[in-house]
Amino acid sequence: MSINITKTVSVSTAALALMGGFMTAGTAAADSVIRWMHVEQVPSTIALWTQIAKEFEAKHPGVKIELQFLENQAFKAKLPTLLQSKDAPAMYYTWGGGVLQAQSVTGALRPIDATLDADGAVWRKSINPSAVEGLSFDGKVWAAPSKSGLVSFYYNKELFQKAGIDASKIGTWDDFLATVKTLKQAGITPIAGGGRDKWPLHFYWSYLAMREAGQKGFADAKAGQNDGFAAPAFAKAGEDLAALGKLEPFQNGYLGATWNDALAAFGDGRAAMILSFENTPATQATNSTTRKGLADDNIGRFPFPVVKGGPGVITDSFGGLNGWAVTKNAPPETEEFLRYMGSLDVQKQLAKETQIMPVTKGASEAISRPLLKEVAEALAKETWHQNFLDQDLGPNVGAIVNDVSTEIVSGGEKPADAAQQIEDAYSLERK
Amino acid sequence: MSEMLISTNVVTAGSALSVPRRRKRSLAHSKWPVLILFLPPALLLFTVLVILPMGEAGWYSFYNWNGYGSPTQWIGLRNYQLIFRNGAFTQALINNGLIVVVSVCVQIPLALWLASMVASRIKGALFFRLIFFLPYVLADVAAGMIWRFVYDGDFGLVAGISHFLGVEAPFWLADRDMAMYAILGVVVWKYFGFHMMLFIAGLQSIDKSVLEAADIDGATGFQKFRLVTLPLLGSTVRLSVFFGVVGSLQLFDMIMPLTGGGPSNSTQTMVTFLYNFGVTRMQIGFGSAVGVVLFVLCVTLAFSYKRVFMRHD
Repeated sequence: MSINITKTVSVSTAALALMGGFMTAGTAAADSVIRWMHVEQVPSTIALWTQIAKEFEAKHPGVKIELQFLENQAFKAKLPTLLQSKDAPAMYYTWGGGVLQAQSVTGALRPIDATLDADGAVWRKSINPSAVEGLSFDGKVWAAPSKSGLVSFYYNKELFQKAGIDASKIGTWDDFLATVKTLKQAGITPIAGGGRDKWPLHFYWSYLAMREAGQKGFADAKAGQNDGFAAPAFAKAGEDLAALGKLEPFQNGYLGATWNDALAAFGDGRAAMILSFENTPATQATNSTTRKGLADDNIGRFPFPVVKGGPGVITDSFGGLNGWAVTKNAPPETEEFLRYMGSLDVQKQLAKETQIMPVTKGASEAISRPLLKEVAEALAKETWHQNFLDQDLGPNVGAIVNDVSTEIVSGGEKPADAAQQIEDAYSLERK
Repeated sequence: MSEMLISTNVVTAGSALSVPRRRKRSLAHSKWPVLILFLPPALLLFTVLVILPMGEAGWYSFYNWNGYGSPTQWIGLRNYQLIFRNGAFTQALINNGLIVVVSVCVQIPLALWLASMVASRIKGALFFRLIFFLPYVLADVAAGMIWRFVYDGDFGLVAGISHFLGVEAPFWLADRDMAMYAILGVVVWKYFGFHMMLFIAGLQSIDKSVLEAADIDGATGFQKFRLVTLPLLGSTVRLSVFFGVVGSLQLFDMIMPLTGGGPSNSTQTMVTFLYNFGVTRMQIGFGSAVGVVLFVLCVTLAFSYKRVFMRHD
């Protein structure tokens, strides 16, 4: 009996070992699975990505790419746990900034420098330096740049004409305030705002802070020099914003309006301006009540004005910077795939079909829509690219910036107190 | 046959009375296998899903931690200090109090009044019961979204009514001073049906003969309600208030689609505060501290309420 048992055990062990052996061999030879986690909801974009993945699979036998979708908010909530588990995806979408930095110090990620610098740094040289820089911390690059963005003012040409305003004459913040007054006098709601989401209003404070403090002032504030974010320039930015708020420039009920509501107000022609992303021509249409929105030739664009006496210049731009972060245990082919995604031909295709602002040099040539082309040209000339503050300063301080921007513009908080509040929170983040 | 059964029963009962000691011992003896067999699964589940997370939250609440890696930066009671210094948390506490007051002073009387009307077997009572109960059947999030449309000043019902009356449409959910009252309206609308159902069950279990006796004694309708129905409904009312209080403290998923806690944190409750300031800002330590405060408050309230008001129920 005992012999029998031993026999059975040894046979089954051998069988198991064999099976295990086959399985390991199988994994090594045939399947290197790159799990790609994203938050993209536009079907045509996903279709194109899938096609790009298929092309890569065809060129690299044994590699399999699986797209995994998570809804934006769920993605953000799940990521901390996911990255620390065995189910971590090989690569995932990132907005850069403080969140990516927090992830980078946990050891859950793998910097991509080695592949960037391989073969005489071809990949690194092919990307806009500001994009690479924006995703670097502690001297390492933590994500492969995928697209860039620019926040600027979009306006309704018809309404501007009705109020007798020439948008090309808006150069300073004072000009802008005068424009708001003129529009109000003409009985037109000047700006569409999404106060419920708060971040649409943080665009204003951020841009004003960039204009009042300049690139150096901003870097100093982050480093905690000259009173950090409590420095006079940031309080001044708040005062500029409060001056706008006093004019009551937004549509009725803007504090309860989401970003989509704001886009709808602009797309329906209920408000003359919106401070928004580069994809506004498309999103104002999909969010409008008619689903058609304003025609492209009825939309104009102008950069966020400068402030008199402030060191910030008109080419200092504010906008998103996205990338793909690679996790620690990702298959080695992941970086290779990202390099393929970043190659000129693929980027051109993405720019043309998904209307992104590509980060690979020369790819923006593929953009044909005039309003998008204008943004691409502005990005090419930028002197400083500041990422969204609610990403850049980390989720906590970022949320405070969103809060205080909304409070200042609605008259709920004094600009100097707001600046102090940001500094108090950010002082805890400086190590 | 039946006589025999009865006599056996009597004998058994008698012998049990005569030998209580032996019986107790055998009972205690037979309890253990059952305990060993049935307790572990429940105990394990309760420990893993309730006790452990609670303990973990308590532990995290002493750290400054963003959820990545393991918590390392011990900051003692700082998170708790920050909570009580935070204006939004104070507002959340006030709002929770307000919801409790409204559910006890408005919602429950309303539910009781409606229940007394639809509890009797009159024509159409069943139909109205269903209508009144419908809001409760809806998911909280769905109710929140529906009311967001209702309150909308551009395209909502409120806008429609305002245009009809020729006045400018209000934006209640965007108004710091009005938003909380708008939410309270939805809370009453959503939950009165649930309390009404409790009261209907309570009313139907009242012995009709007591009410008939009161009728014969010449009691008026109100006297019958105050002196007969209400005292007999006592335990149901106490239970209803208990559910109202505990539910108010946990209010979250209806507020998120309505206002998300805004404008200017004027509609935060403790749970939306926890979510907005703990989870979305990746301040897991801080959020855990809020969770601990909420837990202590809920447990204290629940136990003291049970102790004081539901002692005899």
